[in-house]
Amino acid sequence: MTRRDRVARHASLNERLVFEKGSPGRRGSDLSAADFPRRELSELIDDELVRDSIDGMPSLAESEVVRHFTRLSDWNYHVDLGLYPLGSCTMKYNPKVNEKIARMDGFADLHPYLPESLVQGALEVQKRLEECLAEITGMDRVTLQPAAGAHGELTGLMMVRAYHESRGRGRRSILVPDSAHGTNPASARIAGYEAVHVPSNAKGTLDLDALDRLTNPDVAGIMVTNPNTLGIFEGEIARIAERMHAIGALVYMDGANMNAMMGVARPGDFGVDVLHLNLHKTFSTPHGGGGPGAGPVAVKDALAPFLPAPLIERDGDGRCRLDDERPESIGRVKAFHGQFGMHSRALAYILACGPNGLREASETAVLNAAYVRSKLEGAYHLAYGAPTLHEVVFSDRFQAAHGVHVMDIAKRLIDYGFHPPTIAFPLVVRGAIMIEPTETESREELDAFIDAMLKIARECETDPDRVRSAPHTTRVGRVDEAEAARKPVLRWRPPAGPAAN
Amino acid sequence: MIPDDLRYTKEHEWVRIDGDQATIGITEFAQDELGDVVFVELPPAGSRIDANAVFGTVESVKAVSDLFMPLTGEVLEVNTALVDAPERVNEDPYGDAWMIRIRIGDVSELDALLSSEDYGRFIAAGGSES
Repeated sequence: MTRRDRVARHASLNERLVFEKGSPGRRGSDLSAADFPRRELSELIDDELVRDSIDGMPSLAESEVVRHFTRLSDWNYHVDLGLYPLGSCTMKYNPKVNEKIARMDGFADLHPYLPESLVQGALEVQKRLEECLAEITGMDRVTLQPAAGAHGELTGLMMVRAYHESRGRGRRSILVPDSAHGTNPASARIAGYEAVHVPSNAKGTLDLDALDRLTNPDVAGIMVTNPNTLGIFEGEIARIAERMHAIGALVYMDGANMNAMMGVARPGDFGVDVLHLNLHKTFSTPHGGGGPGAGPVAVKDALAPFLPAPLIERDGDGRCRLDDERPESIGRVKAFHGQFGMHSRALAYILACGPNGLREASETAVLNAAYVRSKLEGAYHLAYGAPTLHEVVFSDRFQAAHGVHVMDIAKRLIDYGFHPPTIAFPLVVRGAIMIEPTETESREELDAFIDAMLKIARECETDPDRVRSAPHTTRVGRVDEAEAARKPVLRWRPPAGPAAN
Repeated sequence: MIPDDLRYTKEHEWVRIDGDQATIGITEFAQDELGDVVFVELPPAGSRIDANAVFGTVESVKAVSDLFMPLTGEVLEVNTALVDAPERVNEDPYGDAWMIRIRIGDVSELDALLSSEDYGRFIAAGGSES
C-alpha cells in the first residue's frame, strides 16, 4: 500500500453534536470587557420576559468547546488543503492577498448607510472592478449587485425580457442547450420564459441545424455556456449569435467557464449581448461554504438602460456617485450594492495578476486540464474526443464493465485524500466524471491526483468490491441520499429520556 | 422489462391505451437510469396539455428530469400517492407508479408512439437520440 493509503488525516472518533456534549454546571465563558456603559438587565427588559435558564442549553468547558470546533474544522476539505477538481466550479486557490485587502479597516468597517462622500474609496473599488470586468469580457456596462451565478442569470434574463418588452413584445421562449447548467432552464422559467432544449451534436457542441429548426419569432434569446460544460469551445458561437440577432433575439452567455479564456477571447467580440461572471470561480473569491458568491452581469449598451439601479457613475472631477435615476431599470436585485467583500477581493486579484497574469492563469488552467486528460485517457473513457479547454469530461464506461460506477469511483477518491470531481454532470454524458484542476495546482499535486485515479482504475479491475464499498477511511461511510431527500430531518430533537434539571 | 401491451416514447414514457383514455408513466429503463427517485411533480387534474410538452418533473438523487406528454389530452386523474411515496417509481414503474390518466385529444398521434419491439431496439442502441 502507498503512504497515502496508510495515513489517516483525521482523528478517527466521530464527534457528537454540541447539544449532546457536556454536563450541567460546566462553564467556559470569558467575555471581553464591554465598550459601552453597563446597565442592569431589569432596567432594559420587563421581568416577565426574563428567564433564569434555557432548557437544553449546552454546558461545556472551554476545552470541550475548543476541541469540538477544532475537530469539526479538521473534517473540512478545502482549497487550502488540496486539489478540489470540481468540474464547472473552478475551485482555484484563493490568494491570501485578497483577504488582506478585504480586511483593511476602511473596507471591513464600512457601513452601507454611510453617505457617498464618506465611501468614495469603496465606490472607486466597485467602479474599477466594473471597468476591469467590462474590459475582460468586451462588454459595455456591468452591475455588481447579483449575489451568485444563478442570481446573475435571473437578472440577465429579466433584462432580456425588459429589452423585448420595450420593443413592444416580450416573446415566449429561451433556447437552452442540453449541456447547460441546470440553473439555466430554471432561471429562464423564473423569468417567465419557456425553456426549449437544443440538442448537442456528436462533437459535443451546439447543433446549428437543430438551432435553425427551433428558431422562430417567439424566441427571446439563447443561453450558451462557452466553453461549454464539456470544456469544448463553441466554435460556431459567432454564427449562432448572427442567427439569433437576425430574428431580433439576444445571446446570453453563462460565464461560469470564463476561467478558460481571460485575456484570450472576449464574449463581447463574438456576439454575446449579456453574460454573468462568477467572481467566486474565475476571480478567486471564496466558493461554496467559504463565502458568499458574487455574480456580476455585463451587458452591451443596448441592454444598459435595463441594468439594476443604482449604477456607479464617475463625475467630471473623478468622484463616484450612485445613479438611481434609471427609469427603464429592472430595479434593485440586491440590498446594499451586492457582496462588497467579494468585490474588493476580486479587484485585488485582477490588479495583482494584471492583463498578462490573467491570460497566463487561463493558459495554465487549460494546460493543467490537458495534462490530466492526457494522463487519464485510456484508463477512463473520454466522452467526446474534441479538444478541451479548462476541464475534461470522462465517463465510467470502462469501469461499468466491472460493475463499478461513477459514484463508487468518487467515493474511493476520498480514501486517496482528494475531493472527488463533479460527477453525473453534464447530463449528456452517462456516468460523467468532470475534472477541472484549475491553474493553481502544481505538477506534483496533479501527479498525485492522476496517480490516485489510475490506481482506482486498476482496482476496478482487480478488486471492484473495494471500490464499491468505499470510502474506507472516513468516520461515516455512505449515507442514504435517497432517504435523506425523501424524508429530510431538518431539526435536531433531544433524545427522549429523563428531563435535565 | 418492456411489457408488450404498452406503447412507448423516446423520452421513456409508457402509455396504456384504454378506449379514449390513456394512462402514462415512465419505463423501467428510465427509473434505472435516474436512480433513486426522491420527488415527483405532476400537473393538476383538468389541465389540457399538448403532445411533447412538459407535464411534470421527476427528481432523483442524480438529476431532475422533465416528463414529456406522449399524447395531447386532458388530465383526468393524477397519482398523487407518488408525492408521498416517490420510491414507487423505482419499485413498480409500470404498475403502482402510473403518473397520470388522460382523455386522448387526438387519436392520430397514437401512430407516433413506439411498439414494445421498437422501444426495446431503441434502448438497446443506448436509449438516446444523439
